[in-house]
Amino acid sequence: MKLLACPVNGLRNIDEFQSFGPLRETPDPEKTSDAEWGQHLFRADNRKGIIVEWWRHVPSNVFFLAERDTESNEVVRTFLPAETGERP
Amino acid sequence: MPFSLLKYGFSRTYPARYDIPPTPDLKRHYDVVIIGGGGHGLACAHYLSKYHGITDVAVLEKGYLAGGNTARNTTTIRSNYITPEGISFYKEGVELYERMSQELDFNVMFSQRGQLTLAHTEATLRSFKARAAMGSHLGTRTEVVDQKEVEKLSPLLNMDYGGPLEILGGLWHADGGTARHDAVAWGYAAQASRRGVEIHQRTEVTAFEISGGRVQKIATDRGTIACGQAMIATGGMNYEMALKAGIELPIRCYPLQAMVTQPLKPWLDTLVSSVSLHTYLVQSSRGEVVIGGGSDPYQLYSTRSTLDMKEHLAAGAVHLFPFLQNVRLLRQWAGITDMTPDYSPIMGASPLANLWLDCGWGTWGFKATPVAGKRMAETIAGGRVPDILKPFSLERFRSFRLLNEMGATAASH
Repeated sequence: MKLLACPVNGLRNIDEFQSFGPLRETPDPEKTSDAEWGQHLFRADNRKGIIVEWWRHVPSNVFFLAERDTESNEVVRTFLPAETGERP
Repeated sequence: MPFSLLKYGFSRTYPARYDIPPTPDLKRHYDVVIIGGGGHGLACAHYLSKYHGITDVAVLEKGYLAGGNTARNTTTIRSNYITPEGISFYKEGVELYERMSQELDFNVMFSQRGQLTLAHTEATLRSFKARAAMGSHLGTRTEVVDQKEVEKLSPLLNMDYGGPLEILGGLWHADGGTARHDAVAWGYAAQASRRGVEIHQRTEVTAFEISGGRVQKIATDRGTIACGQAMIATGGMNYEMALKAGIELPIRCYPLQAMVTQPLKPWLDTLVSSVSLHTYLVQSSRGEVVIGGGSDPYQLYSTRSTLDMKEHLAAGAVHLFPFLQNVRLLRQWAGITDMTPDYSPIMGASPLANLWLDCGWGTWGFKATPVAGKRMAETIAGGRVPDILKPFSLERFRSFRLLNEMGATAASH
């Protein structure tokens, strides 16, 4: 069984979690060109290596961030967005 | 008997035939460099050399020939998509498969046995009606069939009458089929190399030298080469490869898992696929039942199989054909699918003038092998993108003209 550490609920079965994809910065829509907005919508960090991504613990609806290696599938750490001020 | 066989083996009358010559040394310049020695790259090399007179071509392959997604896909060939652009494109692909063995003088074991996609809900049935209407309009054999016809097409199916997964009907696609994936790649490779195309196995592209908006040189682990034009067709590695040329493609990579059972006598003479169960089955010519395809629910570059995904596939297969419960699994694997946001491929121009893209093949690449090769060869030879490829441009993500292909896959929709 694969486990993931929710920052609130601790280690839980991976089935209880939902991936929301890599963290992305939201540009100011007023100051962004169409091309840049397209880039924001459709681009995602897809590198081999450690990426930062959103996850949700579904039963408790906790959104949090994880640093995960996309080659080895190893989770480096998980933390709450409050620590960095990010929003999903 | 052994001596006569030996005599035959050394005979000058019947010399051993090498389909693909050993990897030569790299030259300093090629007119066209194709990065990726899978089905798509080899098909493009074949069409360039046979129909456009371009033979100064190098195909660079990091591993061995056709050992990536060409070897890992589940060999479904079909054109029952939903967008007119998608259907027209894949229809040409199916037609090229129909003639491929003659074209390549190589038996690719194309078996046009039809594909049956099952609906367990009214909503799926409605989407099938849309797909059938669009498919018939564009000249493919695609129709909605009722329960009786489903039973007739695949008598061993568990219809689950009155159950939660009752089969309400299906989408019958008589043009659907399957072919031997190795034969497809080897057929193209043999043809191309006979015309002078060089196939460089175990040759990894490490960097691009770019100036003036063009790729000038391509660095590999076996030396640096200059090129007139280049094409990226590296399957699951497309994102990483394009990034080396400074292009960030809108691609996310997920492993797609599949497996085969032990060989059985022939019993399944169509391709069967269930949208709700995310499971599809086809019996190979060796008798093995190929079962696909579960996508891992998060980005990953690892091709390790996972137990939960295999359990899910096995559960789907056993639900559709309960007698499979006693059958053993023989092999399991995963391939890295380069998924685009709209489930359509990215073909044609890149931001660099002489670099062409054949990317974003996600879970729908094998069926497009001949048509992508043919049309990309036309693009490279003529320096312009043919109309049939225009809807698939990278530019569509800047101009918001996405091509939402909900008929793309049974795996992840």
